Amino acid sequence: MIHEVLRIDQVGKRYATYPSNLARFATWFGAKISPLSEFWAVRDISFSLGKGEALALIGQNGAGKSTLLKLITGTVRPTTGSIAVQGRISAILELGLGFNPEFTGRQNVYQAGGLMGFSREQLTKMMPEIEDFAELGEFFDKPLRVYSSGMHARLAFSLATAARPDVLIVDEVLSVGDSYFQHKSFDKIRRFKEEGVAILFVSHSMNDVRALCDRVILLDHGSVQKDGSPDEIVDYYNALIAEKDNARMLIEQKRGESGWQYTRSGTLEIAARRIELVDAETQEPVATARVGQKLLLRLVAKAEANIPQLVLGFMLRDRTGHVVWGTNTWHTEQVQREIRKNDEIEFVLSFTCNLGPGSYSFSPALTSTDTHLTDNYEWQDNAIVFNVVNADRTFFIGTSHLPAEFSIRRLA
Amino acid sequence: MFEALWRYRYFVLASIAGELRGRFARSRLGLLWSILHPLAQAAIFALVLAEVLGAKLGGVEDKTAYPVYLLAGMAAWTLFSEILNRCLSVFIEYSGTLKKIAFPRICLPVIVWGSALLNHVFLLAAIVVVFLFFGYIPGAAWLVLPLGIVLISLFAFGLGVMLGIFNVFSRDIGQILTVALQLWFWVTPIVYPQTVVPEHLRWLLHLNPMVSLVGIYQDALVFNRMPDLAPLLLPTVIALGLFSLSFLLFKRASPELVDVL
Repeated sequence: MIHEVLRIDQVGKRYATYPSNLARFATWFGAKISPLSEFWAVRDISFSLGKGEALALIGQNGAGKSTLLKLITGTVRPTTGSIAVQGRISAILELGLGFNPEFTGRQNVYQAGGLMGFSREQLTKMMPEIEDFAELGEFFDKPLRVYSSGMHARLAFSLATAARPDVLIVDEVLSVGDSYFQHKSFDKIRRFKEEGVAILFVSHSMNDVRALCDRVILLDHGSVQKDGSPDEIVDYYNALIAEKDNARMLIEQKRGESGWQYTRSGTLEIAARRIELVDAETQEPVATARVGQKLLLRLVAKAEANIPQLVLGFMLRDRTGHVVWGTNTWHTEQVQREIRKNDEIEFVLSFTCNLGPGSYSFSPALTSTDTHLTDNYEWQDNAIVFNVVNADRTFFIGTSHLPAEFSIRRLA
Repeated sequence: MFEALWRYRYFVLASIAGELRGRFARSRLGLLWSILHPLAQAAIFALVLAEVLGAKLGGVEDKTAYPVYLLAGMAAWTLFSEILNRCLSVFIEYSGTLKKIAFPRICLPVIVWGSALLNHVFLLAAIVVVFLFFGYIPGAAWLVLPLGIVLISLFAFGLGVMLGIFNVFSRDIGQILTVALQLWFWVTPIVYPQTVVPEHLRWLLHLNPMVSLVGIYQDALVFNRMPDLAPLLLPTVIALGLFSLSFLLFKRASPELVDVL
């Protein structure tokens, strides 16, 4: 086991309602009064986090993510269980807390930095780096009330990450600021991770989760529902979101031999019977494609019920789970209507494999509109997995093959 | 708890300075306002009561004696009510910070206490100027003022923190206190001398710890005499008792404090 920095052991948090405030006050002094009602925001949660490990907490609103973070940060005390931390926690639960609008950026660093437990000397030492990272220019010495919200976020993030903590807690704050600063802060978090900082990350952006985290915990109604690798949990979570609107739902998951996580969910009112990737000319199945090869992706679906409207979407992902490409027949204006039970429909997507060398997957989705949240008939993550090799093209890197060429002239 | 407070001493000091600066940041007279308010109030009372109603301060046959007496009492009362009021609402005021940042919570009442003390020192400085204007030369008895400051602030801090904690759970406390403080002000001899209190109501004065605490100021500033120590005994015990009780309550309530904010 790598060096452990955070251990959460059977942690639970109960919010109790007492018959009266007097009764509550009495409980502080040992009176045994049972509360009128109680609510467990999180219950029985255990996990540990090692040095340099990045863990994402995902789950729908009210799943207990924020409560758990507050418990770990120490602002809320657990009712049961224990939380052990080795070293310093820095939490970015909300940017700009403890800031005073009348103070300048510099004064606020002293003020809010003090709140984080730094001494004045430490802050003075950190100041050049904070000023540098925030890139606020002359605004650094102007009162905060004249800041834009993006500038506010810059200052707050710079301060929160000025000193390297042992555990960094980030709660959905990277979505503020312009994209330049978002990238910059994301990079900083990634660098921390490489330096051995354990990261606890809460986000609704599944792309960020995939990009940053090694492990994901899915919370539901205050307890751990699933704990595993990002591709597995994120796909499961996406299927789960769809489940909310579709009571008759099936979710099945298995891991393929090449390590790709397969997830299938939906009502199965219509489902794919066959999916294959073939060469456009020979019609032979393709497991390894050449860069530039002409391919056909063929899907045959059979209806098990009458369906008023049908859309097929394909999503192409690379090995890290990033979406390389994707579209559906809603966008191409090829929506199929009035499908009867037992009808079979063949969809063929023809394309040129202008992809970089590596492993890729196709995820097909059968839905009724352009999102799978309304009617999810069948959604399969990573149904088709294939490799791309560069057989006859000039060497290049990346996930896309751009037909590009140099022209060079010697000018003197 | 105290160790944590010591670790956060920079934050506490910076926040006290910040409170002061923040409160008057964009007003022209700035800091002056914290002095002008009690002075203006004293001036109004002096005008209305001394000139219009013709109040006379028993024992001092001087036309300037009344404003001086008023100022002394008001100074003591302002210190008391400011600490009390700020402690009462400080947890609610900082609820966002309390919920999201882990830091020793005891810092908060200490910060408001510190900033009230600082205000008080400025006020006393202003009072010296006013006294000189009226021809009163501050005497040796002024040296006893720190005792008054300590006792009043212990009393106000203890009471304020306790009520402040209860106020988080039941906001009615804050509303009740506003009214209660008004009443308390008038049953304490500040705008009138003790001697005018009718004989059959005198017992009330003995129940009220503020009477002898304010008395320290009045004795020192107006009559330039040391306070009687005997009547101070009970208020001292009450102040120390409340002060320690507030820490005990704070320790017990602390885990649930953030839950209901």
